[in-house]
Amino acid sequence: MTGRFHPPYPGWNVLDKWDSPSFNDVTRAVLRKRLEEVPKRRFFTRKEWPTLQALCDTVLPQNHNADPVPLANWIDAALHEERGSGTRHADMPAPPRAWRQGLAALDAEARARGAADFASLMPDARGALLHDVDAGRLRTDWQRLPARRFFRNLVLAEIVAIYYSHPTGQSEIGFGGPASPRGYVRLQPNRADAWEAPPGQWEETP
Amino acid sequence: MNGWADPAPRAVDGRAPDVFSTAGTVPMRQFSDRDAVDFAIVGTGCGGGVLAAKLAEAGFSVVAFDAGPFWRPLADFASDEREQDKLYWLDPRISAGDDPVEFGQNNSGRAVGGSTVHFQMVALRFRPEWFASRSRLGYGVDWPVDWRTMWRYYDEVERACAISGPVNYPWGPKRHYPYRAHEVNAAGQVLARGAEALGVPWAPTPLATVSAPRGKSPPCVYRGMCKIGCSTNAKQSVLITFIPRALDAGAEIRDLAMVGRIETEDGRATGVEYHRDGQWRFQRARNVVCAGYSIETPRLLLNSASGAHPHGLANSSGNVGRYLMVHLNDAVWGVMEDEIRWYKVPPSMACCEHWNYIDDKDFDGGYSFMSQGPLPTDFARMLVTNEGVFGDELHRQMALYNRMAGLKMVGETMPQADNRVTLADEHDDLGLPRAHVTYSCCDNDRRMRRHARDFMARMLAAAGGSELLETGSTAHLMGGCRMGNDPETSVTDSDGRTWDIPNLWVCDGSLMPTAGGVNPSMTIMANAARIADRITALAGRGEAERAHG
Repeated sequence: MTGRFHPPYPGWNVLDKWDSPSFNDVTRAVLRKRLEEVPKRRFFTRKEWPTLQALCDTVLPQNHNADPVPLANWIDAALHEERGSGTRHADMPAPPRAWRQGLAALDAEARARGAADFASLMPDARGALLHDVDAGRLRTDWQRLPARRFFRNLVLAEIVAIYYSHPTGQSEIGFGGPASPRGYVRLQPNRADAWEAPPGQWEETP
Repeated sequence: MNGWADPAPRAVDGRAPDVFSTAGTVPMRQFSDRDAVDFAIVGTGCGGGVLAAKLAEAGFSVVAFDAGPFWRPLADFASDEREQDKLYWLDPRISAGDDPVEFGQNNSGRAVGGSTVHFQMVALRFRPEWFASRSRLGYGVDWPVDWRTMWRYYDEVERACAISGPVNYPWGPKRHYPYRAHEVNAAGQVLARGAEALGVPWAPTPLATVSAPRGKSPPCVYRGMCKIGCSTNAKQSVLITFIPRALDAGAEIRDLAMVGRIETEDGRATGVEYHRDGQWRFQRARNVVCAGYSIETPRLLLNSASGAHPHGLANSSGNVGRYLMVHLNDAVWGVMEDEIRWYKVPPSMACCEHWNYIDDKDFDGGYSFMSQGPLPTDFARMLVTNEGVFGDELHRQMALYNRMAGLKMVGETMPQADNRVTLADEHDDLGLPRAHVTYSCCDNDRRMRRHARDFMARMLAAAGGSELLETGSTAHLMGGCRMGNDPETSVTDSDGRTWDIPNLWVCDGSLMPTAGGVNPSMTIMANAARIADRITALAGRGEAERAHG
């Protein structure tokens, strides 16, 4: 794992284009709702909530964000609304049960490592635990929940879907953001329109 | 339950949405449930949408049903990946097998216009030999259609969708695209550079988005959000091409109308039971056409079992739901020195069909590959599901988004009887059994995947890519109710007419006996256009069920 994360496009914010031709009414309505109407906890229990929040913090640390994206709230909302992805793997329970079972299993794994629960582990230890889960190094009984599939296809896939469709995640990576009715004109390498992020700065060239 | 509050049906009271407006309507003919229409068509995508337009233009009475909403792109499509999940079929399918398929945004639309509302518009043709791959190339099975016939219908649907493509396409027999090719973006230039370094041809990808004005469609503005719905109507989806034609010609489109069952009596289809506006209704029809694609068409036929058809309709051979195919959609990604900003322009601006036209390989079938431009969550989802990456490392990799380039294959899998759709034990909100889908790759599929990953990695490295990363996925669906010349081994004849029930037809991608190494939409549309002409010709000879008026 590398050091602290430095976003390559500091200062770039797709929301600065709110009143420009890059935004249309339907996009403004969708984003206004997302930014202003953060749903309250409805699906998870009060006891599950800290585990979920610790999981989100570990998957996508947001120490660099002044205004972190409320990932847990949107996961909760999707489960409350029974929002599907079109696929249920035959070896997986339906998402509501898989999430509850998976969070309980993370707490059990934390206890097996000497902590009270997942949330009370230090960030590095949480990361190490999740790497173990992904690699199948389990110390407790997951009761037939496929640990890696739960972690990758439900947890990770849902968290990134929320984060990178949010203006915060989009701005961080230099994405152009909403683009309708105005699209783009400059399509060549190292060229950008005036309404795109200025050239990015990376600390080290890989 | 898909978690979305659908709008109320919009094609009602003799009006249908004007897809070129933000709130307008156009007149629509309507039929009573009690009147037997000539054709009840289930599905309005590449198969059903094309068929509805052509049959209505030929004078038949047509009602086309779609489970999804009737969108007006200018008002309904946001520049937002999460919001636009509403275009996909999100009700779960149960996915099993050694290589379980991901559905939803990978291959399944739920809207009037079907998957073309969210397809990425790659408009390629089959290689001619693939229509006789068993006799000419020694694998798979022959289509019951000659390639020259299909070639004429490719011409027709490419004109209908005003495909923008190059003047000289490097592979296969000559073709003429009606609109000029789009400018190749930075991501496409990476493919071009790699192809030239390795000495293989490349081409600007023929695309179903216009490069110049066409009717009410403006030229593409290169916003790059094709997969989440074109909000400007530059994309020539079925929703804005064949559906308006169908309405003009007197077809009725019933949106948000889920067909659950086809009724039969004395060996003939009598109509469809459908759910709309909170109630089950029954539409009488002289002919029923299944055009719900490779999952919903078999699901509907299987769920329509009755005393006379205990294993489902058109299934005396046991072939309904079998020989389901996907495309291998593996990719290689690399970090470039340049800022590429691949989010601009349709995602696949350059393509390479080299390995579709070379037969000296260690696998059967072929694959093409294209340059890439995934939107942020799409790319992130692929990273995490393939690599399990999270934390600071995920931030680091995503921070390179604007410097990434990728090559992704569309690889032909082999038709296998055991890759199939059946009915699950559990039911959806309407009480219909969910689809259960089993999929496992065969050795040939795996050899092709290895070959493609190796070749794409070499090409990307030759173009200057570093930190190469391979990912696996699938895209598209083909087969499930294949057509053929033999009632023992296929579900329909070459006209899409089921062998068992003379007034029951299939017209969608499930007919495809083989998958080919290119995106399937143009082939499904060309085949639908052909079937429409066949039905019209048969009716002229009194061999199709035809009503008067």
